[in-house]
Order: sequence, then C-alpha cells, then structure tokens
Amino acid sequence: MTTGSAESVQQRIREFLEERIKTNIVVDKDLFASGLVNSMFAMELVVHLEQEFGVAIVGEDLKLDNFRTVERMTSLVCRLRDAPVTDHA
Amino acid sequence: MSEAASAPLGVLGAGVMGTGIAALAIGHGIPVVLVDVSEDRLADARRRVDAQLRHARLMGSVPARDAAGLTTAVELAAVAGATAVIEAVTEDAEIKAKVLEEASSLFAVGTPIISNTSGIPIGELGRFVSRPDELLGIHFMNPAYLITMVEVIRSARTSDETMAAVTGLLARMGRRGIVVRDAPGFVTSRLLHPMINEAARIVGAGVATAESVDDLMRGCLGHPTGPLRTADLIGLDNLVDALSTLWERTGEESFRPCELLREKVAAGHLGRKSGKGFYDYEKVLS
Ligand SMILES: NC(=O)c1ccc[n+]([C@@H]2O[C@H](COP(=O)([O-])OP(=O)(O)OC[C@H]3O[C@@H](n4cnc5c(N)ncnc54)[C@H](O)[C@@H]3O)[C@@H](O)[C@H]2O)c1
Repeated sequence: MTTGSAESVQQRIREFLEERIKTNIVVDKDLFASGLVNSMFAMELVVHLEQEFGVAIVGEDLKLDNFRTVERMTSLVCRLRDAPVTDHA
Repeated sequence: MSEAASAPLGVLGAGVMGTGIAALAIGHGIPVVLVDVSEDRLADARRRVDAQLRHARLMGSVPARDAAGLTTAVELAAVAGATAVIEAVTEDAEIKAKVLEEASSLFAVGTPIISNTSGIPIGELGRFVSRPDELLGIHFMNPAYLITMVEVIRSARTSDETMAAVTGLLARMGRRGIVVRDAPGFVTSRLLHPMINEAARIVGAGVATAESVDDLMRGCLGHPTGPLRTADLIGLDNLVDALSTLWERTGEESFRPCELLREKVAAGHLGRKSGKGFYDYEKVLS
C-alpha cells in the first residue's frame, strides 16, 4: 500500500461525506459525537464503503468505532483491501 | 445450537416494522417465522432483515452471537406452534381484523397475540380473536432493533398471564416496556402523529422548509431528527393510514391527514422506503 493510494481513499471518502453532509469535514473529527451523522446514515456509510472499494466489512470490523472519523474509515478500507481474502463464515 | 430448539416467534407482515422486529428477535437468538402476502415481498424482506441485523450489530444493539434462524412463508398456518405472534400488517382495521381472526384460530391456548398497531384500540381488535384475554398491543418504535423502549398496551380484557408471558419475551429481546391503557393512539402516536401532521401543514403553507422545521425542532427543542425526517422513516403511507384511523375514531381535526401528506403518498413519495419523501435519500444525509 503506497501513501498515494491511502490518500486517494481518504479523499474519496471525504468527498462522499462532504457531498452528503454539505459541510467541510476534518479527517479526525468524530462524525457521530458531533451530530454530523446519525445512526441511520451509519449503515449507508458501511454499504457505500463496501461498494466503492470492493471490501466486505463483517464480524469484528462491523462496529461503529471504525466509522467515527474519515481517518478510521480510511485505515479500515486500506487494511481490508490489502488483506488476503479470508473466509468470514 | 440450543436456540434452534426454542419455539419461534411468529411475525405477520414483512414491511418496515415486521422486518425490523424480525431482525431484533433473531439478533437476540429467537428464531422467527415471517409471513407476508407474496414471495416477492418475502424475498425483499429477507434482504432487509439481513441488512437490519448488520445495522444492529454495527450499533452494538444486539448481542455478539450467532443469529437465530429466519423462516419466511406466505401461509399464515406457518406460524402455528409459535411461542407468540406479533401482527405488523398494514394499518387498516379491516386487514388487521382478518389476519387476527385467522391467526387466533391457529394457536394453542396460552399463545399471546401481539398487535403492533400505531393506534387502533386493542379492545376493538379483540373482537376478532377467539381469546381477547391473550391479545395486547406492543408498539415497537422504528427501527425496532435500535430503540430499546416499547409502549405496551393492555386492554380491559388482557389477562395477567398474557402480561407475564409478554414481559418475559420483551426481556429476552432486551426491550423495556411502559404499560399504558387502551385509547386511540395510546400515548406515543397520540402525541407524535398530530405533531408530524402539523409540521407537514407548516411546509405545505410555505411557512418554512422541511429542513428548517427539522433544524428548529432539533436545535431548539432537542428532537433527535426532527418530525419530518421521522415521518420519512415511518413511511408517509403508514402515517396517513394511522392518522386516518385516529381521525375516524376520535373526530379530532389534528388527526385529519393534511393535504401535503396525502399528495406525497399519491405521488408514490413514501419516505425512506421509496427513496424520497420530504427528503431525497439519494442526495441528502438520512
Ligand atoms: N412504520 C413505523 O414507523 C411504525 C412504527 C410503529 C408501528 N407501526 C405499525 O406497524 C404496522 C406495520 O407498519 P409498517 O410501517 O411495517 O407497514 P408496511 O406497509 O411497511 O408493511 C405492512 C406489510 O403488511 C403486509 N400485509 C398486508 N396484508 C397482509 C396479510 N393479510 N397477511 C400478511 N401480511 C400482510 C404488506 O404486504 C406489507 O408488507 C402498522 O400497524 C403500523 O401502523 C409502524
């Protein structure tokens, strides 16, 4: 994983959120604690990341803490994208 | 798995609420038999139960354990043998009467029948079941798997045994019930539905936009999402149905569904479930 592609992941996540929230986002801001996004949007965010980056977010990874900030979402996506495909069944 | 052996919960109607209640139950290890009128609706419902269970896990609102099984069926008879049955079909007294009548003929004595109606008096629905002492209302909120409190409606005829059985069921699903007496709209719909109706009237009259109404209710009055986002979550068709049933039973003008709500339903803008209501869910944040 090069820094460049992590940066582009972060950029794409930020752009998606900024378009939906219509606010500029600081990448380490807790989106849930600040009330910028709510629990209903949380699941859409998960599905969006899965589709946009071709990853499956399941098991232990499916927890709100991984989605609190753009930075955390970026590291989750990068980790899952780089991980060998495992059987989550 | 020990859950596999436990008797299932029957859920009738696989719409917004039926699927949410099914996700809540299986997430807590209680198997569910979910019934609706067509295979198409059921195929869609299975997908939505899965998605809602994931949502529940994401929010940490179901225990971290394997989910119990979900079975779907188009015949009501599939719920015979259930430990209890929750009716969550369309908010229409005639449809509910028919479903409850048929369901009640299938069950052994001692099987609680629970209606998730938003506001039709439980005593009125009791006319259609063979044992009205086994009928009560549990008004699950939406999404059922995220909101831990429920409104429990005890009719004049609901027995202590039924109340005890249902209290046990709610505890297994991690829900806390507040028991109220029977009246059109109970407590929550009697307060919430006229508020939403008035919020829609305000928008219809051009006094403020939906965003402004919701922002004011959130920012000034501490409402979690605002009444019109709540309306979109509920489903505007269900809202109009629920308001109509309340208006018919009370004559209160505040329950008469306002024009803007009826227009949106006629145009197929039903809220989140159709992608558009007061908000466009392709474009804005939920
Ligand atoms: N939507 C909410 O936020 C909310 C909240 C609390 C309570 N409720 C109440 O819950 C009930 C269900 O509401 P909903 O929003 O899920 O409605 P919905 O329209 O999303 O779903 C109703 C379902 O019932 C099915 N149905 C109709 N007739 C049937 C029959 N004879 N047998 C089996 N299934 C049948 C329909 O096909 C549909 O899938 C209503 O009484 C409603 O007032 C709704």
